[in-house]
Formats: sequence, C-alpha cells, structure tokens
Amino acid sequence: MSTTAVAVANRKSLRFYDTTVGKKAVMAVSGIILFGFVLAHMAGNLQIYEGPEKLNGYAKLLRAMPAALWGARLTLLLMVLLHIWSSVKLALLNKLEARPTGYVRHKNQSASYAARTMYWSGPIILCFVIYHLMEFTWGVGGTPYLEGNVYANVVAGFKVLPVSAFYILSMILLGMHLSHGLSSLFRSLGFDHPRYTPVIKRLAVAISTIIVIGNISIPISVLAGWVK
Amino acid sequence: MKLILHIWRQKNAASAGRMVRYEAGDLNADMSMLEALDVLNERLIEKGEEPVAFEHDCREGICGSCGFMINGVAHGPQRLTTTCQLTLRHFKDGDELYLEPWRAKAFPVLKDLIVDRSAFDRIIAAGGYISVPTGSAPDGNAIPVPKDKADRAMDAAACIGCGACVAACPNAAAALFTGAKITHLGLLPQGEPERHERALNMVAQWNLEGFGSCTNLGECEAACPKGIRLEVIAHMNRDYLAASCRRR
Repeated sequence: MSTTAVAVANRKSLRFYDTTVGKKAVMAVSGIILFGFVLAHMAGNLQIYEGPEKLNGYAKLLRAMPAALWGARLTLLLMVLLHIWSSVKLALLNKLEARPTGYVRHKNQSASYAARTMYWSGPIILCFVIYHLMEFTWGVGGTPYLEGNVYANVVAGFKVLPVSAFYILSMILLGMHLSHGLSSLFRSLGFDHPRYTPVIKRLAVAISTIIVIGNISIPISVLAGWVK
Repeated sequence: MKLILHIWRQKNAASAGRMVRYEAGDLNADMSMLEALDVLNERLIEKGEEPVAFEHDCREGICGSCGFMINGVAHGPQRLTTTCQLTLRHFKDGDELYLEPWRAKAFPVLKDLIVDRSAFDRIIAAGGYISVPTGSAPDGNAIPVPKDKADRAMDAAACIGCGACVAACPNAAAALFTGAKITHLGLLPQGEPERHERALNMVAQWNLEGFGSCTNLGECEAACPKGIRLEVIAHMNRDYLAASCRRR
C-alpha cells in the first residue's frame, strides 16, 4: 500500500516539462518557429539575385523597425535555447542513461541517416549560426565587412573558399536536420494519420531540399562569378 | 542443420556476463528458434553444463513471454514474428547468430537471455485499465462503438508487451508500448472517462522507470511482432498534451 502511495506521489510530481513527451513538444514548437525563420531568411537572401539596391534596401527596411527586429531576435534566441536545452536533456537520457550496456550486435531497420545523426547535425549547425552571425551581423568573421552593405559583404565573404565550403556543408546538414525534424514534429505534437503522414514525410524532404538548394546557390553563384 | 550460436551467458542479476560460442547441431529447418535452444540445452545438460535460460510460455506468438535479440534485431530477421514463431528455415546451415537479451536500464538482465520486465507491469498499473466495474458482458449494441475506432483499438490491443520495442529503440524508449495501451483504452467509450488521467500517469511512470525518449526513428514499429504502428505514439502524445493543458 505504502509503495503504491509513493509511486502515485512520484508520478504527480512530474510536471509537463519533466517528461520526455513534454520536452519533445517543446522541441517541436521551437523547431517550427526556427524553421519559419530559416524559410523567411532564405526568401530575403534570394533578393541578392535582384541586385545590390534590392538586397541592401531590404536590410535597411528591417533595421528601420527596431521593435520588430529585436522582438524577432529575442524570440529566436529563446527558441534556440529551448530547442538546445530540451535536446541536451533528452540526449543525455537516451545516450548515457537509458541503455547502460549496449549490444554486441545491433542493426537499424528503419531509422534514416538524417534521423540518426540529429545529435551531430544540430551542434554543427549551431557552430555555423555563430560564425554566420560573426561574419555578416557583427563583422568579425575575418572577411571584409562594410556596415549596411549586405550585398558587398556576402560577395566578399563567399569569395573565400573555406567560408563557402563550411557554409555549403552546414546547409546540407541543416537540410538533413529539417528532413527528419519537419515530419517528426507532427508526431511529437500528436498527429499521425495513414493518409497524411506519408505526404508530410515527402513534403518535409522536398522543403528541406529547396532550402538547401536555395541557400547554397548563393555561395556557388559568388564562386562562379555570376554574382559579383 | 547446424548453427553457430554466440549467446549471452550471465549467472544472475549481480554478476557480469559474456558472450559464449556454441556449435548447435542436430537442428532442422522446421524447428523454431526456441526449439533450437531446447536442443542445445539438452546437449549442455548431458555434458553437465548449465542450460541457457530464456523466457517462453505459449510458443504460439500470443503471450509476449519470449524474445531476445538475434543478430542485432529484436525477435530476429522475420518481420511480424515472435522468437518462438521464428523457424530456422530463415537461416542457412552453418549461419552464425548472436543471441543477446533485451538491453535497457529499465529491463535488468536476470539470467542469460531473461530480463526483468516488471517496469511494463508498473506502467500498466499506473493507468492501463478501466476503473469502473464492468459487470457481466453487456448486450452487443448497448454501447455503440464506431467501426473505425473499434478497429484501431483492436489493432493497438494486439500489443503483447514483449518488450521488443524497447529493445529495438536506440534510446530504449517505452513509447510504442505505452502508446499502444493508451490508444487501445482511450479510443473506446469505456476507457474515455479516464483518458487524460491515464495518459498523464502512464507517461509519468514510463519516465520514472528510466526508459529513454522517443525520437521518431521507427525502429520499434519495424521490430514489433504484432504490427503496432507509430500512430499510437502520436495518440499518446496528443492525449498527454491535452491532459497537461487541462490539468488543474
């Protein structure tokens, strides 16, 4: 009887964020918001193909709305922190605690490469985001930087081969991360349907591919001399 | 037919175990995996050695007692098949097989291929039931159940609690098992009144037992001998999220 009472008390003490299901929901919601940013950011950046005035004008427009800009920045920062905090907590549980003795032989039957490497693609993307901010927002990335001239900064930055290479690699990893995350988040939030889930999975891969192609087209265009 | 079997041997829960190589002869293709172990054990007993301990009961794939890893796959290479129903014709003469117990912190090894799955019982005790007395069987159509819901509840109820989902999951999560129980009861009118409380309590107990979290890889679905689908995990998440919002 007393052990039952203790068990019930322990269960009641677990609040939403204490459980794995709660943390996955937090990851899913923060992931959706971060995905929205990735999409909008790419749409904004593709204006590079319309010339310096257009892209620099767009950058100026964003800076002209400091309240919205900082609101968005703080929201994104909060989402990044929630996404990382939840995933680190779950990764520690999954990798270190849940299976102390591993298998001598183990074969995966269904998990995709992208899904199995979320723990790796995530941190690499974080490193990339930090360098990306250093390069194009703070101007301390080691490539030429002119305040307010986004177009020139992008062209000068991507002319440096290692910078472009790291960018392209990071975008491919981001695409892999999204290809799993964009469909997985539906199940984390409670949606799975035999008719729609296969469609969602295909759409997730398609959207991730579009994001990779759209973003890496910029350094490739700079390196090829199409954008100068 | 002959098989080379590498089997995890462990004296008891406290001792360390190791893989031991056996050459199992006198087998034939119509035998099940468990019968192959029976034959091996007879030889071991004749030689005065300790037989390999493994769990089994019905040997017709419906009780959920048996199961171990065969070459890194829970219940072996044949889909929708428990270990007891896996026949040797799926292997070639002379094949080398690695037999290991389920591995999870929440499933401690008791001996050889046997693990303690009491954690599953405690998850069930946390809410995998209907509290109201059901009395004698009601008239057939007294409680209408839509056909679609009845089918999905029945599909989820096919879970035999063998633990293959936990064993196959890279995170040792108990999501498919817990999801199957929550879906099976939550979809039916009799289980509806406790639907939210059940989701809160069973998920909490799963977490307290030390299982990992679901990362939507689908390894559990691939390993499940009863074909439980990932959909039940979404159902569980939905019930849990709704219950968390409404909780007072």
